[in-house]
Amino acid sequence: MITRFVLRALEGKIVVAIGVLLAIAVLVPALNLLVPAGSAFHVPTYAVSLFGKYLCYALLALALDLVWGYCGILSLGHGAFFALGGYAMGMYLMRQIGSRGVYGDPLLPDFMVFLNWKELPWFWYGFDMFPFAMLMVLVVPGLLAFLFGWFAFRSRVNGVYLSIITQAMTYALMLAFFRNDMGFGGNNGLTDYKDILGFSVQAAGTRNVLFALSAIMLALCLLIASAIARSKFGKVLVGVRDAESRVRFLGFRVENIKLFTFVVSAMMAGIAGALFVPQVGIINPGEFAPANSIEVVVWTAVGGRGTLIGPIIGAIVVNAGKSFFTGAFPEFWLYALGGLFIAVTLFLPKGIVGTIQHGWNARKALKAAAEREKGEDTDMMPQAAE
Amino acid sequence: MLIRFVTLFFLIISAAAPSLAQSDPKPFIDQLADANFKQAEEIIGQIAATGDARVVPALEAFAEGDLYARKADDVVFITKTSGSKLALVDPLTGESAGEAAKGAMTKIKVNNNLRRAIRDALGALTLMSPDRNARLQAANTMLAAPSEDNLELIETALAKETDGEVRARMEEARAVSLLTSGRSIEEKREAIERIRNYGGRDAIGVLRGAYGSVDASLQPDIDKAIGAIESEIALWDMAQNVWYGLSLGSVLLLAAIGLAITFGVMGIINMAHGEMVMLGAYSTFVVQDLIRSSAPQLFDWSLAIALPVAFLVTAAVGLAIERGVIRFLYGRPLETLLATWGISLILQQAIRSIFGPTNQEVGNPSWMSGSFALGGMNVTWNRMWIIIFSLSIFFALLVLMKKSSFGLQMRAVTQNRRMASSMGIRTPWVDAFTFALGSGIAGIAGVALSQIDNVSPNLGQSYIIDSFMVVVFGGVGNLWGTLVGAMSLGVLNKFLEPWAGAVLGKILVLVLIILFIQKRPRGLFALKGRAVEA
Repeated sequence: MITRFVLRALEGKIVVAIGVLLAIAVLVPALNLLVPAGSAFHVPTYAVSLFGKYLCYALLALALDLVWGYCGILSLGHGAFFALGGYAMGMYLMRQIGSRGVYGDPLLPDFMVFLNWKELPWFWYGFDMFPFAMLMVLVVPGLLAFLFGWFAFRSRVNGVYLSIITQAMTYALMLAFFRNDMGFGGNNGLTDYKDILGFSVQAAGTRNVLFALSAIMLALCLLIASAIARSKFGKVLVGVRDAESRVRFLGFRVENIKLFTFVVSAMMAGIAGALFVPQVGIINPGEFAPANSIEVVVWTAVGGRGTLIGPIIGAIVVNAGKSFFTGAFPEFWLYALGGLFIAVTLFLPKGIVGTIQHGWNARKALKAAAEREKGEDTDMMPQAAE
Repeated sequence: MLIRFVTLFFLIISAAAPSLAQSDPKPFIDQLADANFKQAEEIIGQIAATGDARVVPALEAFAEGDLYARKADDVVFITKTSGSKLALVDPLTGESAGEAAKGAMTKIKVNNNLRRAIRDALGALTLMSPDRNARLQAANTMLAAPSEDNLELIETALAKETDGEVRARMEEARAVSLLTSGRSIEEKREAIERIRNYGGRDAIGVLRGAYGSVDASLQPDIDKAIGAIESEIALWDMAQNVWYGLSLGSVLLLAAIGLAITFGVMGIINMAHGEMVMLGAYSTFVVQDLIRSSAPQLFDWSLAIALPVAFLVTAAVGLAIERGVIRFLYGRPLETLLATWGISLILQQAIRSIFGPTNQEVGNPSWMSGSFALGGMNVTWNRMWIIIFSLSIFFALLVLMKKSSFGLQMRAVTQNRRMASSMGIRTPWVDAFTFALGSGIAGIAGVALSQIDNVSPNLGQSYIIDSFMVVVFGGVGNLWGTLVGAMSLGVLNKFLEPWAGAVLGKILVLVLIILFIQKRPRGLFALKGRAVEA
């Protein structure tokens, strides 16, 4: 059954996308490690981490597309799930530092020693174990999404109200994580990582592995998202998006459908955050900022919501643009981003991929119509009369 | 003890017949040069009896041991060490009188007995001073440092005092000093009563301090008085909290009221609302800048001038936004949200490019600075004005919505667009002007907020989430809901703050709102009927 579920996911475009992602996962590290530094094909290590970062953003955008594009829930708080996943990973990496920190405390991370704490808070227990930390990467965002969605969807908070309270959620979390006595490093967040599973996070090898993992995870999540979208469940999901009341009257439990999708999406965002943190080397409360979450929405909108591949392309294109602009014309970036928001909503409501798809379908339909006209001239008459 | 009576004697004379005693204190001061301790005490009494406030520095210097006499002619100076020499200052005028070698001067010796005499004389001088403020000051000083020694002094002064406020303060000072003195129990009981009426934390301190030393029969009185004062303080603290809450609430109301129109009435998710507030604040800055450079005498009017300017600027920007972007997005609220977010980014960056990223200096006009005390509460004028201002904006808007023909058209379009259109209302223009009105009001709010917040390109960002919370909490499409929502969130915030801290209090409020929306998805005062689902 699972095979059928997965096989159905493998539509043409998705197969191509997964193939490209897997190829990148092999090719980029190969170009970095095997090709000598002088060669034109050599990819520098910093670029590997930069691309890795884009792939994490792409995964986050994919997660948002699942809830926004298919279920109609515009979450302005997906950055919160991303950051929570990141913090879970960050906590594992902090525990790995051990006695190599500035204060040399074998148990407490530096910032706790600095704040004169005597023992590890209970919620830091277990994060020295990699499997536990990885479980938390899924569980913490998933649990928050479950609790939040449980209340919100049952009381039928939807549309812009839901968007606004998701924004309030990430804002509240940001304020909370900025506090020193929360036990997550306050303003400075978690940083100065040394190694992950015994490998140095700075080493080129580790960075390439993390990059490859990001690409593979993205491919895997794309497969899962596609499987969900193309299953019967996915059809109901689109129904909820387009006519929620009608789906409810048909006997579906809309709140459960939304809740499931929201939780899956939050977990994907958590994974993206966990892969993001070791590649950039820091996680701080700024990741919870409402502006970040809204930016994710624009990546998805630029690429095309409800297309799964669109958000991936959108995230990579917008972020590459951001890297370029902030380097070349730092003044100009916010104008460009703001203009992008307006232009996409006004002129490209379906996004890049959606518009291409639409054009493609329209062309196919035209061609088909033209062929039909050629072959069956006589049959056309009564149809035209209708 | 004797000297005190001498002092008092002179004081009474001086107070009774100021013209007789009003002699030049200079000879008395010079007499100090070769007086022994006993004589010095008498001289201090005589100096005090002149009732001349100019002697205060000399007496203070005497107590500090800074009073010296010149050996050559026995003239007395206040001195200050400067290098190896002494800088001389005339004891009465405070003018510099050159320098002298240390060997040429003799220090006028002082002992504890003299110091006490000096203190009494000083207290008396100021308590008897013809300057009302000096007397008040002296009474306050004695109130803060109760001492049995002051008692007679205060009583003497009290007998002469005519000013009501100073008198009350002196009575309190007397009561405070009386408590630790050897007076009768009845007098003390009266004193406790008086201290209780005076109230405040200092009074509790005085009563607690006296608790051990008074007669056991008075202790229940003190307990009762402390209890009464404490509950009074708690009441005033509560009132102060409510005041702070209302003040925060009026800030929220100001920030949210424009949004109550654009979001509440028109249903447009305007994420650039905060930037309208910011534009209003920057308009104030520009107006003040122009006034400073060209007409500084108008500075107190700067806010009044800035109000229409800010309204017009932001309303024009709002009109441009509605005509340029939003009108293409009606019926697609989520897209509107994204587009207006983009606009907010552009506006922020534009302001940053023009004015720079740093905070701009916006001044308070004189009538907005300072504060006054209302019972046990401290009320600052700028908060007071902001509350008044936000309420007047609110009611003006309410009248506009309910009584004017534009308001009628606005409500008609909101309730049934097609019907309104067929009645001949030009709905696109109503939309445009409604949005401009909401933006303009945000601009006016910016003028007020520039008085209490930093004027920077990020000003709007800090208000946008709070504003949405207020509107959603109060109930979309209902101005009264916005008022109640803003005020109750403000007060709630300020009551949570003392035991949860500022940040945690804010988080709790956010969580409460999120939970509240689950219970009542359409806010506190939800619209009912068919229009809701439209």
